[in-house]
Amino acid sequence: MHEHAHEIAGAISDEAFRRSLAAIVILALSAPPVGVFLMLRRMSLIGDAMSHAILPGAAIGYLVSGLSVVAMTIGGLAAGLLIAVLAGLVARATELKEDASFAVFLLVSLALGVVLVTANGMNAEDLMHFLFGETAAAVDNDKLLMIAGNATISTLVLAAIYRPLVLDCVDPNFLRSVSGAGVVAHLAFLVLLVVNLISGFHALGTLLGVGMMIIPATVARFWTRDITTMIAVAVVAGLIAGVAGLWASAAAELPVGAGVTLAAGLLYLASIVFGPVGGVLWKLFPGRHLEA
Amino acid sequence: MTGELQFRDVTIGYDRHPAVHHLNGVIAAGSLLAVVGPNGAGKSTLFKGIAGALPLLSGSIDRGGALARDIAYLPQVAEIDRGFPIGVYDMVAMGLWKHTGLFGGIGATSRARIREAIAAVGLTGFEQRAIATLSGGQMQRVLFARLLLQDARTILLDEPFNAIDSKTAADLLALVRRWHGEKRTVLAALHDIDVVREHFPQTLLLAREPVAWGQTADVLTPQNLLKARQMCEAFDEEAAPCTAPLAG
Repeated sequence: MHEHAHEIAGAISDEAFRRSLAAIVILALSAPPVGVFLMLRRMSLIGDAMSHAILPGAAIGYLVSGLSVVAMTIGGLAAGLLIAVLAGLVARATELKEDASFAVFLLVSLALGVVLVTANGMNAEDLMHFLFGETAAAVDNDKLLMIAGNATISTLVLAAIYRPLVLDCVDPNFLRSVSGAGVVAHLAFLVLLVVNLISGFHALGTLLGVGMMIIPATVARFWTRDITTMIAVAVVAGLIAGVAGLWASAAAELPVGAGVTLAAGLLYLASIVFGPVGGVLWKLFPGRHLEA
Repeated sequence: MTGELQFRDVTIGYDRHPAVHHLNGVIAAGSLLAVVGPNGAGKSTLFKGIAGALPLLSGSIDRGGALARDIAYLPQVAEIDRGFPIGVYDMVAMGLWKHTGLFGGIGATSRARIREAIAAVGLTGFEQRAIATLSGGQMQRVLFARLLLQDARTILLDEPFNAIDSKTAADLLALVRRWHGEKRTVLAALHDIDVVREHFPQTLLLAREPVAWGQTADVLTPQNLLKARQMCEAFDEEAAPCTAPLAG
């Protein structure tokens, strides 16, 4: 035990590790709340798919100026926003449902990304970093600032659109009858989705960046029936998974994205078993029924 | 004092197919009007149009100077996500949207009003319950509490008594009568003809176009009901563009 404590202290004194830790903690504060709404709007898989949509934009950024944080962020942001807003508008303005609308835009976007990355011969090592998250050493100051800035924007905007967003989920017709804020809130929400995916992409890699968003949210679903508490639980789950996963992946020299996502997956398993809202144990052993 | 609704050649629908076709007429302020008709007659569509939740294909609705947002609207329960993690108190509090908007706080006065509304529908003690755990009747009571807070001159109720027990229906009907007593305009889409005959002085029998409109006893004749039932439910996919002249 003492040895472990020593090991952790040693890791924390390492500056690169501290930066990674900061990045993950910040991400855990901003991404899970967005994930909660994604889940409640039955858009979890859209979040997953969106993370692929960022690929062509980031690839263009990479082609223009190599592995530059700013260029890849701008490229990814542009691609993600374009697709999110286009798909959102198509879904609102036509009969096509949101998931189908997203599927079309994403597939086209992903295909474009594959063409761009392949045609320009990104080397295998870079591609691995790009897709699965670099090892803990790789979060530089630029990335950290980017993630912190994104988190600040995300949290403030989410607070601003919170009421219409909740109402648009529960009772969209009622919202339309009292306010026109539903459309704005929905589009702003899609922007937040992209912004957090970009952060996730910098901290955890393209494919697994979405893990910090979706998994803590689904974990929280097993612990409460109140939206406010659910967001809080999701953030705590994100923090636990983030810190544990980062530490484990640093110790085993694995990609951070994989470590954090696996840690979150363990929390999810535990929640399925022990969660009081629909968890397996509570269903198998509900206790004696109450007085009527 | 508003509450009057005037329809000028109103057509509302989906994908150019009218679900409500060329509706003309006036609903006087303070009316208690049942909207009756078979499935697909356009009752919900009409309410969405009045509430501003669905754009009109043509024509106009004059809300007596009021905006669509000043009208309280009870959607069908089926269109509400009952699984969403939100409590009774918060759901009812949404009725104060006009006062609070996006950021406004809910002060002591508002909290008292929310408690009153919850008490008025008999749900005191249920404030913290998640809506997922409510029965159908309790959910409808929650929605009526929200309507109470909206304090609107015009109230639209889409199938308010569907699949709820007679005790709940009686309690909610008492609220409807109270609104009528306060000279509010109340429109309710209903299936139960007996409830309509007993509690609603006026009726609009709708089958995409009005079949009959007036005093309930005059409207709900066997002939009229038969005529409404014969309405074809399916949209004619080959329908030509409507040639009726547009009202000026």
